[in-house]
Formats: sequence, structure tokens, C-alpha cells
Amino acid sequence: MLELRVDWRASLDLTGRVLTYLVVPLSFPLGVALYYGESVLPFLSAIAVALVVGGAFRQLPGTPGELGPREAFLGVSLIWLLVAAIGAVPFYVAGTGILAHPVDAMFEAMSGLTTTGATVLRDFSAHSRAIMMWRQVLQWLGGLGILVLATAILSELGVGGAQLMETETRTRNVDKLTPRISQTAQLLWGLYGALTVLAAAVFYALHLLGLAPNMTLYNAVAHALTSVSTAGFSPEPESVGAFRPVVQWAVVPFMLVGATNFVLLYVALQGEPRRLLRSDEFHFYLGVVGLGALLVGAGLMADPSIAYGPEATARHAVFNVVSIVTTTGYASADFQLWSPAAKHVLFLCMFVGGMAGSTTCSIKSLRWLVAVKSLRRGLFTSIHPEAIRPVRISGEPVDETTIRDIYGYLLLSVLVFVVFTVFIVVDGARANEAVTEFEALGASASTVLNIGPAFGEAGPYGTYARFPRTTRLAMVVLMWVGRIEFVPVLVLFTRAFWTS
Amino acid sequence: MHVVIIGAGEVGTSIADSLDGTHDVVVVDVDESRAEELKYDLDVMTLAGDGTSTSVLREADVENAELLIACTDDDRTNLVACGTAKTLADPFTIARTKSVEYLRTWELTETAFGVDFMVCSDLLSAENVVRVVGLPAAVDADPFAGGTVQMVEFEIRGASPIAGQTVAEADRFDSLTFVGLFRDGEIVLPRGDTEIRAGDRAVVIGSPDSVRSFAADLAPEETPGEATEIVIFGGSEIGYHTARLLEDRGLKPRLIEQDHERARELAEELPDTLVMEHDATDTEFLAREHVDEADIVVAALDSDEKNMLVSMLAKRLGTDRVCAIVDNADYVPLFEEIGIDVAINPRQVTAEEITRFTHEGVAENVSVIEGDRAEVVELVLSADSDLVGRSIQDIAADIDADVVIGAVTRGREHITPRGDTVLSADDHIVAFVETAFVDELMAMA
Repeated sequence: MLELRVDWRASLDLTGRVLTYLVVPLSFPLGVALYYGESVLPFLSAIAVALVVGGAFRQLPGTPGELGPREAFLGVSLIWLLVAAIGAVPFYVAGTGILAHPVDAMFEAMSGLTTTGATVLRDFSAHSRAIMMWRQVLQWLGGLGILVLATAILSELGVGGAQLMETETRTRNVDKLTPRISQTAQLLWGLYGALTVLAAAVFYALHLLGLAPNMTLYNAVAHALTSVSTAGFSPEPESVGAFRPVVQWAVVPFMLVGATNFVLLYVALQGEPRRLLRSDEFHFYLGVVGLGALLVGAGLMADPSIAYGPEATARHAVFNVVSIVTTTGYASADFQLWSPAAKHVLFLCMFVGGMAGSTTCSIKSLRWLVAVKSLRRGLFTSIHPEAIRPVRISGEPVDETTIRDIYGYLLLSVLVFVVFTVFIVVDGARANEAVTEFEALGASASTVLNIGPAFGEAGPYGTYARFPRTTRLAMVVLMWVGRIEFVPVLVLFTRAFWTS
Repeated sequence: MHVVIIGAGEVGTSIADSLDGTHDVVVVDVDESRAEELKYDLDVMTLAGDGTSTSVLREADVENAELLIACTDDDRTNLVACGTAKTLADPFTIARTKSVEYLRTWELTETAFGVDFMVCSDLLSAENVVRVVGLPAAVDADPFAGGTVQMVEFEIRGASPIAGQTVAEADRFDSLTFVGLFRDGEIVLPRGDTEIRAGDRAVVIGSPDSVRSFAADLAPEETPGEATEIVIFGGSEIGYHTARLLEDRGLKPRLIEQDHERARELAEELPDTLVMEHDATDTEFLAREHVDEADIVVAALDSDEKNMLVSMLAKRLGTDRVCAIVDNADYVPLFEEIGIDVAINPRQVTAEEITRFTHEGVAENVSVIEGDRAEVVELVLSADSDLVGRSIQDIAADIDADVVIGAVTRGREHITPRGDTVLSADDHIVAFVETAFVDELMAMA
């Protein structure tokens, strides 16, 4: 007889709380629906489901205990899964277009919440403005992680909060700005909110100045919600490519900032920019962006079939590299049409990601930096076997267990990515959809690493609707586990997790 | 002046020895026999008891003491003794510590723990090592006048180009003065026609640049100027601080430590040091790591025996210079006899530093050389000093003591003292003087 050692009651209680708080974000699209005279039913239903399910979790028999690591793992996994499920309710209830199918509604919601930005929508105009706005809000919530929100609100979590934040960001040293984790979370959310408001103001100001005719208040808010969160949904089928060059340039800094470590960003804004400017990871991240943009730019110039002109070449190279490295997933042009050289550079950029502790997804610069430095150390110690050389990031030594964890994570990501690529091809063949290897590679990386656009029909101006529904269901799962970085979900499948 | 010394170990004894002639000294030690022994060796009063207890301190008449020196081997005892003394009276307190942490805390306020002056043995020893590292053939080096003047003691070897020359011939540098020669344990005051012989130890005072050039001249077969290949054996606190101070000077030393945990810790603390985890007495390893090519090897392992062993190994492999930390002061001459270039004893260094400080008031800075045979003192001349307004040859003719003025700094200017140099008020003079005449010289400043 196995004795359960995880206090599932505590995990469910936490999940229940977070679900009930979904009422707040849901009321935003509700307001939009009221304003435009659209149906409010999708949002009212979602609010009802959130309250009922959330309430039920909290009313379960037994008293919730302390949140330990196991409870945090279970809670994190459940929260992301269930919030996405409730997020799918409005799509399903509205029932327009492809979203009428539960798998596709769930795909869109999971893609939104995990800030992936992959869409199954074919005809953007078929959906109400409130529904389109709900996609944006979901991404904004997913940006810093709804869990940080949860910790901020649920200050009574106390010690469990740090546990939870650590589980979600998978960094060993949560940089606490204040003694109380709830205060730290509040500060970070304040910064996040302020940046979003700033982005909306900048975008709308461009409209008011007559520089961006189609950047209405609605569009300004919608894009602000998904640029700082490096998420990538756009109510426009042509993404940011639908706007004038000045808008595209204006979006770039917000994506860059969104992929910067928020703790360092906060400290920098408090008048101590040195910590950010001296961060090895920051240099690495900007270096990757710079190198990627140069390579893509060179690829575009060398391609005779593309004649953008100097400004547009620079803009498209910078914009799309920034978008892919930061895992935003916006596009300023249909890079599906670019030369293989430029496309493959973008494909490589998918695996980098921004800084740890930001809204970005993918592997993240920190892990690559640690891996590169530890490999370099390996070369050195093969000549001097007795040398003890800690791997240093920004001068601080990195724990050896952290390095092992990072190698484990890299291996796991590659494994999941490769296996899933094969699955996409095989499943495509089964459904008589001719999915090429490169399309499958792109779609696999894009969903596992939460980037958004891929190549082929799932390209920046395309849709994921062409993949068989079984593949899309698998993608839902992979976006989910990819966003919480595999470990919290994978440990649920170990015997040790459930027993002592 | 009434002085209370807590701790009758090597440090306490050495300090008591240098103070007993001119001050009333009470030495307190928990070890009754040690206290008893000291009573017969020195002209001091001894007390057996715990220096942190109020009753013992009262018995030592701390209420009337001007100075309390706590120099036991235990950091906390020293700090508590100072704190206790401060609650009873207001003596000037000096504490010896091994922990740099305490020193850093004290530096923040300079009143922490009731300590007025703190001396950190490990740090001092490391500083000594580092000063010597950059100067080939140097066995001791101390900075004066805010670093603008340096006193260095050199060993003259047979192969040295100045062996056999007279002082006048050897004195090729503008801002450098030969102030003393030690020959067979005797002090020889250098005159122009004094011959410098192999085996002598020469003390020079001058600007850091001239001292460096002189050092390079003295030992041309060794790497001139700064040593760049430095290997430190042992990650003791002294080894750690030596590496850290060398890093501060932009050097990249190698440090060998056998204990895995300690090696990792050091590697994390020292970003520019290559830390290696291995037994420093393994000859094969030393050869593989080309220790023979090192400019200087610092032996800072946890025992004198091991330090002696690795020093000899390094010498045999062909290392240019070896500097060893010697915990037992009695071994220092032995180390030097078997060819180890520099032997540094942390307790001696500490005692010197404290002694140097007790002269404060008149002397800015003091350096004790060759045990306690001579001192190099830095003095600031007051307007009513007997020395002001007179030339150096005048003064020399007047004083019935062995005194050589090695450097004079006026404002920021370095003046090389020659016979006709006239001293003026506010001059800093750095002088070499036999220990017996120190007080006499100070009385004149």
C-alpha cells in the first residue's frame, strides 16, 4: 500500500484560489464586449466556471497543510493547466470559426497563456473584438507567470511563496528584492504593469501623431499586452507587419526589455544600472541579438529575390531576430519567403531565448552561457587535471549542481524537441498532410520552446490549423510542460514524488 | 607608561621584551608556568589568570594603564579583553586577531569591540610576502611615508655584481641610500669605502622605483622587476590573502591546495588565481606544472615541516626564489640556513607591527630588522625639534649613536639625504638606527 506523501489538499487549495482570482482578468474582455456591444456570454460563462471550480477546490474535505516542494510542483502544473482550460471557455462558448472545437479552443488558450503565440485562427475577422482581446490578456497574464501574481495577492502564503516562485522560474537563487516574497512579486508586477502602460501610450501616441493610422486605442492596448510579455499574439493577421515601419521600430525596445531580467531591470531603474550593464548574461543576450540581426541582414542583402532597401532590410532583420530570440513571435514580414540562409538563422535563434527571470521562454541565455563556459573549462581541465575552476557568471561562481541541472535541462529539451519533430512528421503522414522536415522542426521548436511562428504554413502569417488535430493536442501538452520547463510536470510521473 | 599585555606567547613575549626597558609592563597569561617563566626572563610583572576577567584586569592595575595589548592566540579572548578593559578604564587597546572579518568590522567604525588598534597576523604576513615577491633577493620590505619611501633588506650573494664593491661604487642610484649592513650578526654602518661582501645583508632606503632597479641590478640572473610566475603552496589564510593581494596587483598566481572543499572555496573567492587540487609534495606533479619555471614559490602549508619540504623540493627543481611561512620562530634561522630565501614568521610580524605602533606619537612608522638589533623609523620633525635647521653631517657628528638618515620627504618631494642636506620642520625622515638608540633619536625629533 503506497502512502501518499504529497499534501495534494494544499496544492488544490492554492490552485482553487488562483482560479477564483481569474475573475479579475476576465472582466477586462467583458468590459470590451460591453463597450462594443458584443456577446458577454463567453466571459460570464468563464467567470462562472472559474468561481465554481475554484470554490470547489477550496471546499474539499480536509485542511490544507504547508506548501513544500512537492506541493509546489503539483500546484504549478495544475494551475497552468487549469487556467488555460478556463481561458479556453470563452473561445469555446463564443464558438466562432475553428475555435468551436474544444481542442482548438484549448490550443489557443494554452498558446496564449504560455506566451507561445502560435495560433490556429484562419480568419481573424470571424472573431469578436472582445474574444481577440481575451487572447491578448491571457498572454499578458502568462508573461511574468500567473504564479507571481498569485504570490503577490496571496501574501499569506509566506514561506511557500519563495518555493513556488523558484519552481516556476527554475532558478536556484530567486533574487529577492525585499524580505517578503509577496512584496518582491508586487514590485515586479508593478514594473511589468508600468512597462505595459508605457508601451500602450507610445503606440497610441504614434497614432495620435498621425504616424500610424491603424494603431487605434484597441490595437495599442492589444499590442502593449503582448509585446512586454514577449508573447506575440496580434489581432492583426499580418502581425506587426500590418503597421507602418515606425511602429515596428517602436515595438523592438519593448520586446528587448521584456526579455531582460526583471530584478536587474528594477535595480537599474532604482538608480543602480551597473548590475545590469555588467551582467554577463545581458551581454550574451544582446550579443546573440546583434549577431543574429547581422547574419539575417546579410542573408537578405544577398538574396536577389528580396529587394527591401537598406532601411527595410535593417528593420526586418532586427525586428524578426529580436522577436524570435525574445520568443515573442511577432513578425514584420513573412519570413517564410526569405532565403534558406536567413530562415535557418532564425531557426537557430529560436533556441536561445532572453535572460532568466524575464518573460521570455526557450532555453534562455543564462543556460547557454553556463554551458559554454563549463565546456571551455572542460577543455582547460583536460590539460590541467588538478585545476579547480568554478564557472563564473558576472563574477559569481555557479554551483556544480546547477551546472548539472542545466546540462540535464538542455538534454531534455533537445530530446523532447527531436522526438516531437518525428511525431509531427509521422502524424502528418498518417493524416495525409505533407509536412516537411523543416516545417516539423520549426513547429516542434516553436511550441516546445513557446515561440509562436514556425515555417511553412505555420509561418508568421500562417496558422497551425493545418496540422492534424492529434498533433495540435500534443502541442497543447508540450506548450504546457515547455513553459514550466518540464521538471514540475515530469516529477509528477516519478514514484518518488508520490511516496516517501 | 603602564602597559598591560594579555598573553605570554611568542607575540606577547616579544612585545614585552621590547617595552620592558622603558615602560612598566604587566603580562597576564592563563598558563601559570609560562607567566612564571617570563618573570625571570624579562623585567616585567606577571600574573596568572584570564585576561577577560575584570578581577584579573583590576589586579593588573588596568585602571592606571595607558596601553593594553591583547595578543593571545585566540581572537575572541583578545577582543573581549579589550572590551572589558574599556569598561573598567580608558587605556589605548591593541588587539591581535587572525580573522580578517573582525578587522573589516573594526575598520568600519574603529571603535568596534572596544579596540583602538587591530592587528591581523595573517593579513600582515601575506602583505609581507607580497612586498617581497616583487623584489628579487629581498628578504624584508616595508613601506614608509605613505608608500613613497621603501626600506628593503637584501641578501648579497656570491654571484651578485656588487659583492666586493665599496658602498660608493655600488651606490649607482640617485634616490637610494645604503643605511646598514649586517655581517655575521653584527651591524656595520656603511661608509663610502665600506666593502660589501657576499653573505652580507644590506639595508637600503629609497624610492620604490630606485629600490626596484637596484633589486634588478643586484640579482640580474633572476627575473628583473616584477615576478610574474608565482606559485603558492597551501590554501591557508596566509596563502589565500597572499593570492588575493597579488591579484589586486594584477598578477595571476597559481595556488595548490590538497583539500577539495577548501580548494573549491578558494577558487570561488579568487577569480584570477588558478587553484589546483593536489598534494604539493608530489614531485612529479610539481615538475608537470613547471614549478621550476616559477619566479617565486610561496610555501604556506599548515605545518613548518611541510613548508620546509616543499621549499626544498622547489629549490631542487630550480625555482628562483622561495618564501616560506614559518610558524615556529625558532625555525626561522634554520630555514634561512638551508637556502630558503625569505622566512616569514606570523607572530614575529605581529609583534613587530604592535611594537611599531607603540612608538606612535613621535614615530610615524617603525620597522624592526634582524630580530630586534636595529629599527628603521619614520619621524616627523616638529618646529622645535633639535634636528631642524641643521645639516645631516652636523647631526651625525653630534649624535653619539649609530644613526643613518635614509630618506627625507618634504611635502610630496623626495629628497635624497646627503651630508649637506639641511632638515626643516615638517620633514618626514626615515632613519636606520640601532635599537638601543631609538628613544634617544625620538627625543630629538
